[in-house]
Amino acid sequence: MAKARAPRKRPIRVLIAKPGLDGHDRGAKVVARALRDAGMEVIYAGLRQTPEEIVRAALEEDVDLIGLSILSGAHMALFPRVLTLLKEQGGQAIPVFAGGIIPDEDARRLKKAGIRAIFGPGTSLEEIVTTAQSLVRHPS
Amino acid sequence: MKGGSSRLPAAARAIVEGDRRALARTISAVENGDSTADSVLRSLYPRSGRAVVVGITGPLGVGKSSLVNALVGLLRSRGESVGVIGVDPSSPFTGGSVLGDRIRLERRSDDSGVFFRSMASRGAAGGVAVATREVSRLMDAAGFDVVLVETVGSGQVDVAIRNIASTSIVVVVPHLGDEVQTLKAGLFEIADIFCVNKTDLPGADLAQKDLAELVTLGEREDGWAPPVVGTSTIEPTRGIDALWEGVLAHEKFLDASGKRTTGERQRLSAEIVGIARDRVGQQLTHRLENDPSLRRLLDDVVARRIDPRTAAERLARGGRRSR
Repeated sequence: MAKARAPRKRPIRVLIAKPGLDGHDRGAKVVARALRDAGMEVIYAGLRQTPEEIVRAALEEDVDLIGLSILSGAHMALFPRVLTLLKEQGGQAIPVFAGGIIPDEDARRLKKAGIRAIFGPGTSLEEIVTTAQSLVRHPS
Repeated sequence: MKGGSSRLPAAARAIVEGDRRALARTISAVENGDSTADSVLRSLYPRSGRAVVVGITGPLGVGKSSLVNALVGLLRSRGESVGVIGVDPSSPFTGGSVLGDRIRLERRSDDSGVFFRSMASRGAAGGVAVATREVSRLMDAAGFDVVLVETVGSGQVDVAIRNIASTSIVVVVPHLGDEVQTLKAGLFEIADIFCVNKTDLPGADLAQKDLAELVTLGEREDGWAPPVVGTSTIEPTRGIDALWEGVLAHEKFLDASGKRTTGERQRLSAEIVGIARDRVGQQLTHRLENDPSLRRLLDDVVARRIDPRTAAERLARGGRRSR
């Protein structure tokens, strides 16, 4: 007899969201497209998302990875809030990476707080894709 | 709480008890064809069949996601809980996908009466993914009153939503084509409700008139005359109530006419045959490639000693020559 149903190939699911109030989403869209082209399923949540909305979307969509983009300067308030909510709701195993205008000192503190990777302006898309893939393979 | 949930597998019990994380994870398992989902699907099946499952389909850019958002708002204001599945296409080249239906969803981060799931089509034709029906069934069993399924931006022959939803809304916009377009086979045949969206644009009256005329050109086999509803999702929204009233009228018609049962029988028959065909197909592929005598059959076809039809007949008979 034949074996059980063959499992379908499982693409990486990633949520791309922009917390905060700036309206500059070109960067997030470029990254979304690059991840798409790398074979991922990108849930694009769009602009002006609250941390609560981001975490809810991540859990409902059962993503493997979250990417946050921010240019407003509110990252020190919003990113840790996302991490806290994730932990509260049982999503602490989902790795979070970020991109935007984030000063080095802040980046160090955010990484300490649990943001797994931070990409500044000029990062190559290849680096972002490779990092995203390895974050999913090694979630913690 | 529903009776007898203590006999369910843990994940199934969590789902009926309202655990959204369990629902989300089981949906992933179903999407991935993971066999761990089988027992959950099996045990929850008797609890499905209660939700109103509505399909929202139509070409890309007609405003399906915005309509879904408006319908969610309306349904929540009436106290109905809503599960939403938004399907978007997977790349035929890389398998990747950008799922953007969620972007139109209004702020409902603390509303447990809504559950939204984006789905990539993962190579399936017809406007939905292979797993969409089972995911809709999970939401149904989880207790949502209404399940809205938004298809991929559809082409003229993308009618698979018919196999999932009891009511299908076909959405168009003004200036999509002349009235002959409405006569063409396929998409327009599956509309239980026609929705002309973006009535804030010029030409909406004409589009509504063309569709209303289409409905009068011939009676549908089941006797239902699809209403034509004009909507606008720009604030202040227009026609959303009428759209939902159309859905309820069709659902009522299904019950009163007995068509719900016959439609459900047809859908389930197609589903059973589809699954069985896949399984049998997989078995035959496996045997043709691994059973030595059947491999010779393939060799014979490759060498052009026998033709594919003859070989297929022998394969279907288990490798024996014809009597």
